[in-house]
Amino acid sequence: MTDSHYVDVRDLRRVFEVSKPWLNRILEGGDRQFLKAVDGISFQIAKGETFALVGESGSGKSTVARMVVGLLPPSGGEVRIDNVPMVGRASSTERQRLRRRIQMIFQDPYASLNPRWRVAEIVAEPIRAFALIDGERDIKARVGELLSLVGLHPADGAKFPHEFSGGQRQRVAIARALASNAEFIVCDEPTSALDVSVQAQILNLMRDLQDRLGLTYLFISHNLAVVRHMASRIGVMYLGRLVEISGGRELFSSPKHPYTRMLLDAVPDLDMTSRQRLPVSGEIPNPINPPSGCTFNPRCPFTNERCRAEVPLLRDGVACHAIHEGRLSPLAAA
Amino acid sequence: MGAPVLSVRNLKVEFVTRRGVLKAIDDVSFDIERGEVLGVVGESGAGKSVTGSAVIGLIDPPGRIAGGQILLNGERIDNMSPEQIRKVRGKRVGMIFQDPLTSLNPLYTVGEQLEETIQTHTNLTRAGARKRAVDLLAEVGIPAPDRRIDSYPHEFSGGMRQRVVIALALCADPELIIADEPTTALDVSVQAQVIALLKRLGRERGTAIMLVTHDMGVIAETADRVAVMYAGRIAEIGPVEKVVRQPLHPYAQGLMGAIPTLKGHIHRLTQIPGSMPRLSAIPPGCSFNPRCPFAFERCKVDRPEAIARYEHPVACHLYDQSSAKVEVASDR
Repeated sequence: MTDSHYVDVRDLRRVFEVSKPWLNRILEGGDRQFLKAVDGISFQIAKGETFALVGESGSGKSTVARMVVGLLPPSGGEVRIDNVPMVGRASSTERQRLRRRIQMIFQDPYASLNPRWRVAEIVAEPIRAFALIDGERDIKARVGELLSLVGLHPADGAKFPHEFSGGQRQRVAIARALASNAEFIVCDEPTSALDVSVQAQILNLMRDLQDRLGLTYLFISHNLAVVRHMASRIGVMYLGRLVEISGGRELFSSPKHPYTRMLLDAVPDLDMTSRQRLPVSGEIPNPINPPSGCTFNPRCPFTNERCRAEVPLLRDGVACHAIHEGRLSPLAAA
Repeated sequence: MGAPVLSVRNLKVEFVTRRGVLKAIDDVSFDIERGEVLGVVGESGAGKSVTGSAVIGLIDPPGRIAGGQILLNGERIDNMSPEQIRKVRGKRVGMIFQDPLTSLNPLYTVGEQLEETIQTHTNLTRAGARKRAVDLLAEVGIPAPDRRIDSYPHEFSGGMRQRVVIALALCADPELIIADEPTTALDVSVQAQVIALLKRLGRERGTAIMLVTHDMGVIAETADRVAVMYAGRIAEIGPVEKVVRQPLHPYAQGLMGAIPTLKGHIHRLTQIPGSMPRLSAIPPGCSFNPRCPFAFERCKVDRPEAIARYEHPVACHLYDQSSAKVEVASDR
């Protein structure tokens, strides 16, 4: 294993069945229907790196997150973390040991904390579940330490989640994720439920913790500016596929895929420089009946016959016929 | 130019609860001119949505307007009877809410909903109302409006639904549109389309728009002027390029610095310590003083009023000549 392949995702797929119930199919007719939420995704995350997945709703980014942590079994493909496969062959003890090192932070801090538990119990749960520390007094000390690490007071452990604001609750969720000495944290939209000033506090905290503890993040977000701030490498998803994957700086200075360009142009501009923009049109199509060929072709200004017929493969960090054929050159850095 | 379309003077909104009277809006004043987009920005609990609801008379008990005046083209609308305000609502003031799915009735086609609204507010015949509904759908950019008019809301995508809601708000050609977080529920690529639509409508029809949102980016793209709200008061109000680029109020400065941008890869975002106070525990003096890096003695006792001496009004003692001069850094 090398450090650059700490997390190794290969050809990951997930299909959901969205058919009508069996009896309705018999009586009313209609075939079984499947939705390809994730359709062959591969990426690697190096140790200590932040890799981000961006995309609009319905692009499959949260499904990837859930499969990577093992909350959802994949329909195909493989997830290996520190060279241990998350599904299939590995011995259960090996995976048990790995599970401890993987944690997740969810979007809604109001829903992800049990309202009937005190914060100290919530944070102590991973410690108890993995039997990491013996003795109540030591557990209590560790919980206090974790709460101070995320900027809360150890005495806050006696409170219930409802006594905290959204940002403080997200801090509790981070403390819980760190409780089992996690190395790899999957963050699914960790700040989208928060106000901007609080979002800044949480993003700063997450970066400080990464510096101090050498954490590896898989960061899921729809907010390009947040991703720009957090990630060293970024994958852009559209309808279950990766359309572009590149270093954070390059993605923003010279985006390749037409969808990435459109996304960047759509972000409201705080600097109010009236830059030249690609006009945005259309919306994400229904994933049950995606367009043939490149799924972006109905919205793409550079479409030709081949785009409508053939699925482009990810090559040199981008999945686009127009770029591969040289019809479209990457946007030059401004 | 004439009188502003909307003039809010010293508005106060209170909520009476068992634990006392909470001041949700405390002495807020602003004007919106014809064809102007005023952005109202702030974090949750700042009172921006309550301000919008007060203007259209949608403050329900235990809430009440406790003082001040709201004038629509010079006419007071804050003390109207419920019957009178209903005639204003929809006809003279249009509304766009955050979630397009809950502001449309799922059991009626969009055509029926548009026609009903048009016939309530104008004296068009059914056929005339239907024609106007088709025209409105075309104007907000819905393709094949003559066919889509007979669709139900669930048959539209999120962005298209919000366009229908905008068409509904335009039915009676209102003087003012209140848009409360109109793009928050939408994806970025769709959000950009809806913003462009709102801007075009304001420009072409001369409609005044009050745009309530927490998204500074949307404000920077759309608004002509912006009011920054904090704990029920306006901290700063002025032209958008001034407030976004060189904010004066320490809260506005913190807010701008806290937003990650696509440009720079700064290591740390500015962070404002703490969070917005609860309405039941608004600190005395300047409500921002516990979180303000520049707070001094006077801020803890004396509530700052808007000082118009600077380029635009700002409610902060730092800018008052009579108090101790403090150099304020502005890095934007």
